Amino acid sequence: MSSSVPSPESDKSRKYDRQIRLWGDHGQNLLENSQICLINANALGTEILKGLALPGIGSFTIIDQNLVTEEDIGSNFFLEQSSLGKSRAKCATQFLQELNPDVNGESIDENVDNIIANNSDFFQNFSVVVACALNEKSLIKLSNLLWDLNIPLISCKTVGFIGTARIQLKEYCVIETHPDNKHHDLRLEEPFDSLKEHCEKIELGSKVPWLVILFKHLEAYKVKYNKIPQTYKEKSELRTMIRDSMSADEENFEEAIKAVNSSFGGGKPNSVLQEILNDNACINLTKNSPPFWIMVRALKDFIENEGKGYLPLPGIIPDMTAETSLYINLQNVYRAKALQDADIVFRRVQELLEELNKSCDWITEKDVRLFCREAAYIAIIRGSKISDEYEKGSNTATIASELENIDSLMGHYVVLRSQDRFITEHGCMPGEIQVDIDTARVKSQASKLLNDWGINISLNDDLIHEICRYGGSEIHSVSAFLGGAIAHEIIKIVTRQYKSLDNTIIYDGINSQCATFKF
Amino acid sequence: MVETDLSKKWNYLRKILERSGPFDTEAFTPSSDTLDFLHNTCKILVIGAGGLGCELLKDLAMMGFKNIDVIDMDTIELSNLNRQFLFRRKDIGKSKAETAAEFINKRIPGTKVTPHFCKIQDYDESFYRQFHIVVSGLDSIVARRWINGMLISLVRLEEDGTVDQSSVIPMIDGGTEGFKGNARVIFPTLNACIDCNLDLFPPQISYPLCTIANTPRLPEHCIEYVKIIQWDKENPFKCALDGDDPEHVSWVYEKAQERANIYNITGLSYRLVQGVLKNIIPAVSSTNAVIAAVCATEVFKIATSCYEALNNYFVFNDIDGIYTYKFEAEKNPKCLACSTVPRMISINNPSSMTLQDLIDYLCTNVEFQMKSPGITTMINGKNKTLYMSTVKSIEEQTRSNLTLSLHELNLSDGQELIIADATNPNSIVVKLKFTDNEVEMY
Ligand SMILES: [Zn+2]
Repeated sequence: MSSSVPSPESDKSRKYDRQIRLWGDHGQNLLENSQICLINANALGTEILKGLALPGIGSFTIIDQNLVTEEDIGSNFFLEQSSLGKSRAKCATQFLQELNPDVNGESIDENVDNIIANNSDFFQNFSVVVACALNEKSLIKLSNLLWDLNIPLISCKTVGFIGTARIQLKEYCVIETHPDNKHHDLRLEEPFDSLKEHCEKIELGSKVPWLVILFKHLEAYKVKYNKIPQTYKEKSELRTMIRDSMSADEENFEEAIKAVNSSFGGGKPNSVLQEILNDNACINLTKNSPPFWIMVRALKDFIENEGKGYLPLPGIIPDMTAETSLYINLQNVYRAKALQDADIVFRRVQELLEELNKSCDWITEKDVRLFCREAAYIAIIRGSKISDEYEKGSNTATIASELENIDSLMGHYVVLRSQDRFITEHGCMPGEIQVDIDTARVKSQASKLLNDWGINISLNDDLIHEICRYGGSEIHSVSAFLGGAIAHEIIKIVTRQYKSLDNTIIYDGINSQCATFKF
Repeated sequence: MVETDLSKKWNYLRKILERSGPFDTEAFTPSSDTLDFLHNTCKILVIGAGGLGCELLKDLAMMGFKNIDVIDMDTIELSNLNRQFLFRRKDIGKSKAETAAEFINKRIPGTKVTPHFCKIQDYDESFYRQFHIVVSGLDSIVARRWINGMLISLVRLEEDGTVDQSSVIPMIDGGTEGFKGNARVIFPTLNACIDCNLDLFPPQISYPLCTIANTPRLPEHCIEYVKIIQWDKENPFKCALDGDDPEHVSWVYEKAQERANIYNITGLSYRLVQGVLKNIIPAVSSTNAVIAAVCATEVFKIATSCYEALNNYFVFNDIDGIYTYKFEAEKNPKCLACSTVPRMISINNPSSMTLQDLIDYLCTNVEFQMKSPGITTMINGKNKTLYMSTVKSIEEQTRSNLTLSLHELNLSDGQELIIADATNPNSIVVKLKFTDNEVEMY
């Protein structure tokens, strides 16, 4: 991985300080090297690009053949009165570029179908392609093309107070998922040798970290009962043992008592990780395997051999009341063990790289250390093709069962899909001129769609009526909501941090709620 | 200056406002009058022209609101530019409110954004009373509570004791931190206010002084030591520590690193020093965009009655996929700000509890969370200031009271104290209740 970390006092680092605190300099580097393609610069499209230009993507390209209308000016902040009648791609590019001189913007006044048909290489260098309010036919073609190129695609639209976004990703592997409640992996139940030696040397007192106190009492408990406390009653017994050995009001002992509940149970792969370890991509490495899967394989080999069922130690302990040197020494014991484990994994990675005929510096020691620290929380997301969803109908069983639930937003999904079909058939938005007639037409599209999926439930007509009332209106605050959320999903994808949406969101601005579905 | 809009510019909003639909509220009547109201009559106040404020101004102006005031005392800094998109590099050092207003007025002709480059506390009731809706995008809890208290004090009662609905100014409040955000709708005195649920705000991290001084373990402890102790002792620049001054930050970084080295503490970085000194909250444009959009949508719903407003709290988090949740925050009958019943404080040891203890309690208790309360009371029919830190001469006169016990101050069971604090424009009344010694304090 290339990295040029600017000093924190540098201009760029100061400008992006508030976000680098979230995804780090390495995340910022990836973001600055990303190239985003937007199809259709409507309000939603420009709001997405705003959320990407500000944090500093490398470049964006807008494909849009439309000329700016009065309605555009009334809904899109990145157009102004003087833009009327001009190229929407050009005008939006100009205003968006003003947001950040570090970002390069380009515009293309062409029909996207022509590009897909005649110049499919065009898309090859993009990190992500976003299509706003793209018609069904073009979307299906684009979906197939980008799936084969392995480039993430996001399709999205809003109408009135309703919006939706769908992400098409082949495979998205995340090392840094940044879970909200990270559990400290302390290995107290099965302590490693250096931890045992360290703790045995220390005498309990008011300056000792709670971790050592808990270690000693847990050892005593194990001798007495020949097991680890698991039930509430057993844990209470351990707490009583700690309390009894306390001479006065001692904060560190109190902390140890509190920690009984939260300090056990780390270090073994959970079911999500187990699934990743058993994944075919891990078991059968090929010379096309990306670094992620090579590291997962080395991880698997570590767990099954040197680790004796345990993950490499992350080596991070929480802060606790203690004298400085006692805390730092304990921290060093964990860190040393973590380095030792990571080193074994790194050597295994080197062997695998050699077997696969890859350069040995393709995966660095730093990469492996980060991977080992995060190993318990890594994630993969495998997506599906939008074209399959549109042409074959995916996940119809879920659609059917969700439709039984009156509070589910699946009805919104069906109505939005019916609207797509209406547009394909009639070439305009439902309700642009006649609400009642179009309401009936969208209803019949919805019944056809449900029929195609083999679902025998009729939809509540209210939402269809409401969609037709909107008559294709794009409401700024609704597009701003979805635009912000989508910009963030793109940031996740290009920085390869945090778990992305998998894979569809419906936003209902009438009731201020969202739902996510997987197709 | 009269601007005539392009005739079809607002067609999208017209579809909502001039057509009817199955989800309309009972109060909604399709009419061109509503857009006219948004354009010409409705006055909105946006508090804060930062991350949320910039988004709010854009969103509201694009939703047809043409009369918007914005208030912010801050000036533009380089680190704002990754999200506060109405500002450019050339604007660094200028007023946020003025720069944002100028930008919106230029981009969307016909919109009249009026800037106020000052503190919210610089204005009184007569200023706040002129608005139909107040939207706040603040990072300060104290300022939020202050404006909340202000809007509550504007609520008038009818002769029969019921609330005069026309005096209720709805407040839409947004907040963000990293990838998390929330938005809420407050109808002052009618539903939960900011002070009703103070426990929703997490307490600030603070490290015990003895840890910082004697047993540092984290790089943060070393930074705090330099900030709290070493700076005053060595006074390297003969002035107060300024987290925005690179020379100051570098000095703290160097000294904190020295201290960390002595204790073998690792992980100190320049960025961490800045973060601790300025109490920096990570921020990204996308979360601000999402939360401001929710707030603007609610303003539109309330101003037009097209749909029911959010009832009343919305939570957003996109760390793992996209997660949203809404719930109804409940009105607290004992709320300091919106309840008319004086709050009781139980005290079981009035002869040993000092005034300082009471002040500490008001500052640290989750239900009060005050900043620097000034306390007055009535003794023998006379007003007496027990302590006040905000006026220097009074502080000097009353400082000796801090070490006196409540008995020594002649306070008795049932005594009412009038407390003034930065968290509310109006004083609040609390009643002391002296209890038996067996009962635990508070
Ligand atoms: Zn309240």
